[in-house]
Amino acid sequence: MHELALTENIIAGVAERVEGARVTRVVLQIGKLSGVVPEAVRFCFDVCAAGTALEGASLEIVEIPARAICRSCKSTIELSDMIALCSCGSANLRMLSGNELRVKEVEVL
Amino acid sequence: MCSTCRCSDEAHTTITDVKDLHKERYHDPYAAHHCSGHEHHHDHQHDSERRLIHLEYDLLEKNNRLAERNRGWFEGRDICALNMMSSPGAGKTTLLERTIGNLRAEYQISVIEGDQATTRDADRIDAAGSRVIQVNTGSGCHLDSAMLADALRKLNPPSHSLVMIENVGNLICPALFDLGERKKVVIMSVTEGEDKPLKYPQMFRVADLMILNKVDLLPHISFSVERCIAHARKVKPLIQIIETSATKGIGLDEWYLWLRTEISTNGNGSAHSK
Ligand SMILES: Nc1nc2c(ncn2[C@@H]2O[C@H](COP(=O)(O)OP(=O)(O)OP(=O)(O)O)[C@@H](O)[C@H]2O)c(=O)[nH]1
Ligand SMILES: [Mg+2]
Ligand SMILES: [Zn+2]
Repeated sequence: MHELALTENIIAGVAERVEGARVTRVVLQIGKLSGVVPEAVRFCFDVCAAGTALEGASLEIVEIPARAICRSCKSTIELSDMIALCSCGSANLRMLSGNELRVKEVEVL
Repeated sequence: MCSTCRCSDEAHTTITDVKDLHKERYHDPYAAHHCSGHEHHHDHQHDSERRLIHLEYDLLEKNNRLAERNRGWFEGRDICALNMMSSPGAGKTTLLERTIGNLRAEYQISVIEGDQATTRDADRIDAAGSRVIQVNTGSGCHLDSAMLADALRKLNPPSHSLVMIENVGNLICPALFDLGERKKVVIMSVTEGEDKPLKYPQMFRVADLMILNKVDLLPHISFSVERCIAHARKVKPLIQIIETSATKGIGLDEWYLWLRTEISTNGNGSAHSK
């Protein structure tokens, strides 16, 4: 449900921004911790794009890894969506990336 | 997000003051304009028919911007606002009713109720004795910062007060939408299964406090509080956890202590972290 609405929102937002041009490719950036499942967006995309300026467009999703700096041991680490701990045991992290939810670029005809 | 850019369909939000039952259509004044912004750059690649346009826009940017405005509005009035989130039926309204009953003499408490439909929860809060505004989100599954801003204008909470925001019952979308609150509280009940934090990690990751409600039912079900807490700490190591029964009154003193601490902490204070 969540990704369906999100996908509709992406399509409406892109269609307005390209001002009538036909869109052939959309590149999204989705962070690993954004709470959005890329597969689900892919699943909805074609159906939602039908009848819009994005009909038939290909969809490219770039997943952004969740990275953080550990304030205790100063190392840069990659997090899974389940475990927010540094291998040194510290939970004192500063997030660098992983929450992205962006439309990066589109290709138009 | 679910209502952003969909202003032309039936996804209209209604904001109701149950005191006068005066209904007003909510229409996001920015929605019609924000998409036609001129912030994008066109990259002309004349060697082919195709052009690449670097849009580089954040899907939550508009919500986040308005949320920061709400946050400033609260801070300027020294209002402590809490965003209460849970699955449907975990006990948000019951906990609010109890809290209002017990702390009414101590604090001015007002409530913003988010539901897809009906003013049932607002009527309960009204009966409990608090000023309340109901936001009906229609097909939307969460509150966003624009809805909150509209509801706040109607609610007009006094300075130095407490504003409780009951989000739409849903563990997914509300986690994405900052409203400008001081703290996020997730309520889960023991009947939902101890693995909820692992299934909805985003919600538990953004929450500052987890309330484990309906602990009065523990003798009747198979639920390990220890395992549930371990799951929550796995996704959010520093999350605070309070066990309650909103109906039987268990653990409420600990919740009130947390609230008092939160209210006395200025929003700019060191206790505020994101
Ligand atoms: N046994 C038990 N039942 C509870 C407790 N807290 C709430 N309930 C019951 O759970 C049901 C749902 O409670 P609500 O307070 O309406 O839950 P809610 O989270 O506001 O629900 P929505 O707004 O629909 O998402 C009601 O029947 C409550 O009486 C509790 O601590 N123990
Ligand atoms: Mg409720
Ligand atoms: Zn470390």
